[in-house]
Amino acid sequence: MPQNEVVEGLDLDRYKYHFITEDEPVFRSGRGLNEKVVREISAQKDEPEWMLEFRLKALKIYNAKPMPTWGGDLSNLESVLDQIYFYVRPQDKMERSWDDVPPNIKETFEKLGIPEAEQKVLAGVGAQYESEMVYHSLKEEWEKKGVIFDSIEDGLKNHPELFREHFGTVIPSADNKFSAMNSAVWSGGSFVYIPPGVELDTPLQAYFRVNQEQMGQFERTLIIADEGSKAHYIEGCTAPVYSTESFHSGVIEIVVKPGAHFRYTTIQNWSNNMYNLVTQRALVHENATMEWLDGNLGSKLTMKYPSCYLLGEGAHGSVLSIAYSGDGQHQDTGGKVVHAAPNTTSQIVSKSISKGTGRSTYRGLCQVHEGSVNSKSNVECDALLINDTSRTDTYPYIEIDEKKSNIGHEATVSKVGDEQLFYLMSRGMNEEEAMALIVRGFIEPIAKLLPLEYAVELNRLIELEMEGSVG
Amino acid sequence: MSDSPILSIKDLHAKVADEDIDILHGVNLEIGRGELHAIMGPNGSGKSTLAKILAGHPGYETTSGEVLYEGEDLLELEVDERAQKGVFLAFQYPVEVPGVSIANFLRTALQARLGEGEEVDLFDFQDELLAKMEILDMDPSFAERSVNDGFSGGEKKRNEILQMAVLKPKLALMDETDSGLDIDALQVVAKGVKRLQEEDPDMSVLIITHYQRVLQYIEPDHVHVMIGGQLVRSGGAEVAADLEAQGYEQFKTPATG
Repeated sequence: MPQNEVVEGLDLDRYKYHFITEDEPVFRSGRGLNEKVVREISAQKDEPEWMLEFRLKALKIYNAKPMPTWGGDLSNLESVLDQIYFYVRPQDKMERSWDDVPPNIKETFEKLGIPEAEQKVLAGVGAQYESEMVYHSLKEEWEKKGVIFDSIEDGLKNHPELFREHFGTVIPSADNKFSAMNSAVWSGGSFVYIPPGVELDTPLQAYFRVNQEQMGQFERTLIIADEGSKAHYIEGCTAPVYSTESFHSGVIEIVVKPGAHFRYTTIQNWSNNMYNLVTQRALVHENATMEWLDGNLGSKLTMKYPSCYLLGEGAHGSVLSIAYSGDGQHQDTGGKVVHAAPNTTSQIVSKSISKGTGRSTYRGLCQVHEGSVNSKSNVECDALLINDTSRTDTYPYIEIDEKKSNIGHEATVSKVGDEQLFYLMSRGMNEEEAMALIVRGFIEPIAKLLPLEYAVELNRLIELEMEGSVG
Repeated sequence: MSDSPILSIKDLHAKVADEDIDILHGVNLEIGRGELHAIMGPNGSGKSTLAKILAGHPGYETTSGEVLYEGEDLLELEVDERAQKGVFLAFQYPVEVPGVSIANFLRTALQARLGEGEEVDLFDFQDELLAKMEILDMDPSFAERSVNDGFSGGEKKRNEILQMAVLKPKLALMDETDSGLDIDALQVVAKGVKRLQEEDPDMSVLIITHYQRVLQYIEPDHVHVMIGGQLVRSGGAEVAADLEAQGYEQFKTPATG
């Protein structure tokens, strides 16, 4: 993407997260999760038999697994899950052209600034509205190169062999309770394939959005970056604010084949009543590179630890994350790197900001298997506390079974100090402006890696969050 | 009323906030527009405290007395309001702001002075910043470094003067800007202050210093000596010369509490 291009029209302000578009879903499942719901979803999607079986098996695993007792507070979750709809489909067919998108859905996108953004920079947009992809465009040159950027449903229909070869191989249903749940009821998400040697300069972008009250969103994304390819996928989300609790549980699987280079960027700004429990993992093969860039700003509770499994010699993985917790929010985030081959390298950089009664937890795992000689890993987690009531915790798990490896860990906690505030205010900034500038500086090492319009959006969101930060 | 003083301090008493430690015991001082004053004093005399109180540091409380800035009660104003009205404090110990470039920092400070809907013109700002950096013998790349992050003592002080040059105060308070500077750096800082006064002859400057060395390069109109939280002697440049010869011992009197 051209770095000097100024993007306008993404001036998100707070009210934009409160709007609700009236619409009538074509199909809605009953409340709660059971076999009937799973069968209905599969039938609605007209899926092959193997997928129905996959879903039903996952449902059994889900029911058998206990709720996690670590991480954030999930004690209220069971009652939330009994109340939500596990599947909603707003319209029947996929749309490819913007003109064909129904007006009320378009209105929602317009409020999000997508059309303007598209005119300026966005090359290909896959936007998930509720549980289905309704709008999907892809630059012609990519199609010519053989790149597949589809909804996950179309991926299954149109590329059955490629799909089945990789689906569920990175994150098995039994990985954890929520990956099992997602495997049973997944709906929406992207299917991406980058052919060998193909390099994309412009990021693939998917906007998606939860709109239906009390609707769970279970997006599933499968990405295969074939040998020597290079690409960047960006997912950004906002959700309107509702009074009842909501739930999101995604599964993102990525296969990075030998010599490929893949980056996955997320800026997530769920409404503050959302449980956001996401499993995302990449298998990184010989001399391949995987980079997770993860920004978590919203939600009531987020539990998310992007992972890199370094399976081939010379593989590199990095997880860079920013978490922001405001009043009543808990961000339990971090990263996982598993070194399972010699000469593999990894990096985790995690920065968290806690404001008011917000709580940020860094939870990370660095594992080096025996035989993964000359592996190197560096973990750095920095926490910034805005108020005396803010909280941060660090849980860095390190498991080393190979002596010939080099693992570094560094953690800092800082509090915005009176002297620092005085310095900025003595230059004419008010307390909120000063606070926002300090926070922007704190996340700058990660924010600078974002495409321009996302960096602008992130800064704007942080400014909004810092409003009223002054006691 | 351009001949009225920009700053008028009357019988100012102050202490450390939340503690019973008195520091200023009745300070009286008037600074006219365009005047250059110096307050000299030994460590612990209260001279830096006075500068911080004028800028609004939350660590101190005034217990009695009055400070008028352009006829307005300065002590009633918030820190940022004082800055916006033209008070600038060059810090003795500038604070690090990691991840925020000097250019971004200064642009934000200028933006804060503008009203709703007004924007700093980026091209004008860039030109202005580069011009000021040239006066201060700074490499343009300096503006891209994070504010005071990993700076040497001299770089921090120069950064303060750069901010002063860009923010164009009416009253500049320089709190021991000379400490820790070698002769070359001191000359650059002095040259910068002179240039600023040439550009704006109405700019008033209060230099706080322990040593008279800096006053060889920036010649003051008035020199005051602070001992034990009071100004015990005021006069012209000769006061500094006198101090150089005789030191602070001549003023030492038993503490009055």
